[in-house]
Amino acid sequence: MNSYDIAIIGGGVVGSAIARELSRFRLAIILFEKEEELTFGVSKSNSGIIHPGTQNPSGSLKGRLCVEGNRRIRTVAAELGVDFKEVGELIVAFSEDEIPRLFGLKREARSLGVPGLAIVDRRWLRRHEPNLSEKALAALYAPTAGIISPYRLVYDLSENARRNGVEIFTRTRVEHIVKTGGTFELHTTGGTYRSKFVVNAAGLFADEVSRMVGVGSFEIRPRKGEEFLLDKKREHITNHLLFPLPSRTSKGVLVIRTADGNPMIGPTAEDITDKEDLSTSDEGLKKVLAAVRMLIPTIDESDIIAYFAGLRPVAGDDFIIRHENEVAGFINVAGIQSPGLTASPAIASMVRDIVRRCGLPMKRKIFFHPHRKKTAHLFAVPFSKTRKLIERDPSFGDIVCRCEMVSAREVKDAIQRGATTLDGVKFRTRAQAGRCHGSFCTTRLLKILAEEKKLPLTAITKKGAGSEVVRKARRHA
Amino acid sequence: MRERDLVIVGGGSAGLAAAIAAHDHGVRDILLLERDQYLGGILNQCIHTGFGLEYFKEVLTGPEYADRFIRKVRSIDDIEVSLRSFVVHLTGDKVLTYFRPGLLETVRARALIMATGCREKTREMIHIAGSRPAGIFSAGLAQKLINIEGLLPGNEVVIVGSGDIGLIMARRFTLEGARVKAIVEVQKNSRGLLRNLVQCVEDFGIPAYFSHMIARISGNKRVEKVIVARVDDTYTMIPGSEFEIACDTLLVSVGLIPENELIEMAGVRLDRKTNAPLSDEVNTTSIPGLFVCGNSFRVYDIVDSVTKDSSLAGRMAAEYLRGQ
Amino acid sequence: MMTRPITCIECPVGCRILVTVENGKVVKISGNKCPKGDLYSVSEIENPARILTSTVATRGMPLVMLPVRTDGPIPKTKLLEAMDEIRKIVVDRPVRTGEVIVKNFLQPGVNLIVTRDSSPDQSPREGCPGQSARSIRLINSAFDRTL
Repeated sequence: MNSYDIAIIGGGVVGSAIARELSRFRLAIILFEKEEELTFGVSKSNSGIIHPGTQNPSGSLKGRLCVEGNRRIRTVAAELGVDFKEVGELIVAFSEDEIPRLFGLKREARSLGVPGLAIVDRRWLRRHEPNLSEKALAALYAPTAGIISPYRLVYDLSENARRNGVEIFTRTRVEHIVKTGGTFELHTTGGTYRSKFVVNAAGLFADEVSRMVGVGSFEIRPRKGEEFLLDKKREHITNHLLFPLPSRTSKGVLVIRTADGNPMIGPTAEDITDKEDLSTSDEGLKKVLAAVRMLIPTIDESDIIAYFAGLRPVAGDDFIIRHENEVAGFINVAGIQSPGLTASPAIASMVRDIVRRCGLPMKRKIFFHPHRKKTAHLFAVPFSKTRKLIERDPSFGDIVCRCEMVSAREVKDAIQRGATTLDGVKFRTRAQAGRCHGSFCTTRLLKILAEEKKLPLTAITKKGAGSEVVRKARRHA
Repeated sequence: MRERDLVIVGGGSAGLAAAIAAHDHGVRDILLLERDQYLGGILNQCIHTGFGLEYFKEVLTGPEYADRFIRKVRSIDDIEVSLRSFVVHLTGDKVLTYFRPGLLETVRARALIMATGCREKTREMIHIAGSRPAGIFSAGLAQKLINIEGLLPGNEVVIVGSGDIGLIMARRFTLEGARVKAIVEVQKNSRGLLRNLVQCVEDFGIPAYFSHMIARISGNKRVEKVIVARVDDTYTMIPGSEFEIACDTLLVSVGLIPENELIEMAGVRLDRKTNAPLSDEVNTTSIPGLFVCGNSFRVYDIVDSVTKDSSLAGRMAAEYLRGQ
Repeated sequence: MMTRPITCIECPVGCRILVTVENGKVVKISGNKCPKGDLYSVSEIENPARILTSTVATRGMPLVMLPVRTDGPIPKTKLLEAMDEIRKIVVDRPVRTGEVIVKNFLQPGVNLIVTRDSSPDQSPREGCPGQSARSIRLINSAFDRTL
């Protein structure tokens, strides 16, 4: 039976960040992800915002880790070759009696260490955010807010972790855990594994995993958020991330600049019970449009080109990141909703410290490779460089996805780096994420996936077993 | 950077006709850029008949219609055909950048004809609520999978939209052994040609629900069912009218959008609703020497009209070049 | 005696034609804008038939599937049987647009033809629109029907 120092359950942004951080040490680390690919769980619907730390109560884990994460994510992104862009955020007030709330938020954020905060007035808003509603009176400006591609971050974190020795298994669900003596026995759909420590980063199912070792102190309640993507043509509709004043349960409906250029509006906030319900609704669309038009009146329903829903794994008001003393070696990292992505490097450090405090010898590796070569994306490269890429490898000039300008080379690279599904290719390369939603490129993607993975075309799936794309093949091989 | 007299983007029915017409009217340096590995465009996957009734006075399938023009184009040395060639950038000065495996090329066109056709409206554009499982296809993608690749996308199909492509696919699926359980159309009448309603729907006894919409798609990994509901005169769902249809495939056939992002990049203004170029005169744009023809200019019902329109554009390009 | 409406499919107009039928034979036709409607009405009532279009698999060809059609209409009742026959066909030699691959397909006088070259991306060939080297029979007889 394979024996490890640390077993991480969950391959989203939290699990990947922890894996990468711990891979700095001479430890045997394994990560299990139950879905077909990494980032197919909660992290799939992340909006990619790097929060400055506003809108978190002082003294909260969320607040502290968000501010620290905001600082550290820049280094992480640079090391891994993921684009991070600082764009700043504005929390907007529309009436006089909302203004004291702005000051309150500023005070709270300052106490957490959020830098550069300023209350800006109408004139500033007109100049720097011209499409913002004229009714906006003032705003809290937090310059350290930024945007990143959440998928690319997860893939790059996990690739780097793998490079530094972490074993990652997808399609592997942990079914039950037995503690015998000082070790955990994890019974998974892919075999049984032993580990000294277990880090539970299982997102929506963290409560169920925690109960496997008898810790039932929290429950994960899914809170659905519907988001709507706008056509790339409206890319410059905002300069900053726009927030209304927050409510008790959510940050409100935002206008988000995404790392890929399409503005996004949303999310809604709806408590549901089904952990697999990712459906969108007409009501959600209406709610979001109405709310967002208060910020940017010129946004129209016809701008919307795509929509999806995500589920926040809510376990109370704050993050749960703790060693469960009654089950020595078991660390819960649960309830990581917003600002989880931002906080992820800080969460990883916190878990590292917990493990160290528990007495696990943590010797730094002499040869830890923090850097990753940036993935080449045609659409992100100026033509002068593109020519060199194509000369080096002709398949860079073989365009597969027309709307997002993705080449066959990039698709094959994505598959080599772990994509096995159409969604996996989409998240890594953006093929199928453009305005035609895969009508043009799906055929070619199916063929490339089948060829690279040596599978029949009928076995290629959208997002794992059960989502096969075509039913029957009439052709000869 | 090379300069060419006439560059045509698109080697489908529009581009082919424009190239031939331009040559007929004296243009002797023509570069035809086609992104696929074959000429013919969408006609290659339109294996049904209904093409050429007006133009050739014959009954032809899409590939047969295309074959006539492809052979003519290939017999003209002055037309250089560049396949697998993808235009990724266009300026207001008619400078194009295109890709080909192993090559990135920039060329200046003295005259330019855009014949880039259409893409289909997708599920996202018409806001169908529900989940996003595998099994949702635009009609054109399903057509390509079946006709070009020999793959059957699904076994039990519901088609939303009664445009011609949807109707044609209803028949195609049925002939290939799948069950088409319904055609759901929000309008009171079919949007497609009556003849297609007869020979694709009535012939096979497929139920057609007019004044109905898809209220919801259900299914986690793959489509499992759709909820269909009646709509009133304002296309609003009538509560209580919902019923379920079990299926594993939803075909979306709700309209075409001209592919004009390239000319938009070059500064040509498009009609925000139709995505067609705003122009005073047929086939022209606000950029002199830049013409648009075929479905990317206006969505035509039959390919014979595309040929006529594109031949005109070819002639206009020739006249433009003469005047330069 | 019975009168029923049918839609003519000979051309995109789609005339609505009223047909009166007695003992299985057409006795009166009205509503069509051209003579094709007369021919269509008779055959649609007495001998409904359609041109069948589909694809056949290939082996060793650049194109994985080849589009085919019958070069004349076949009885509607035989469509599904025809599809079964088509599924058995594999083309393993180069063929050109218009070439007959099955003579007398399901019935004498109607052949199955290929509608696309099996190797489309070839060097320049002769010919011009309207005069294909392998000319396709113009549909103009009483039982000819478009699909």
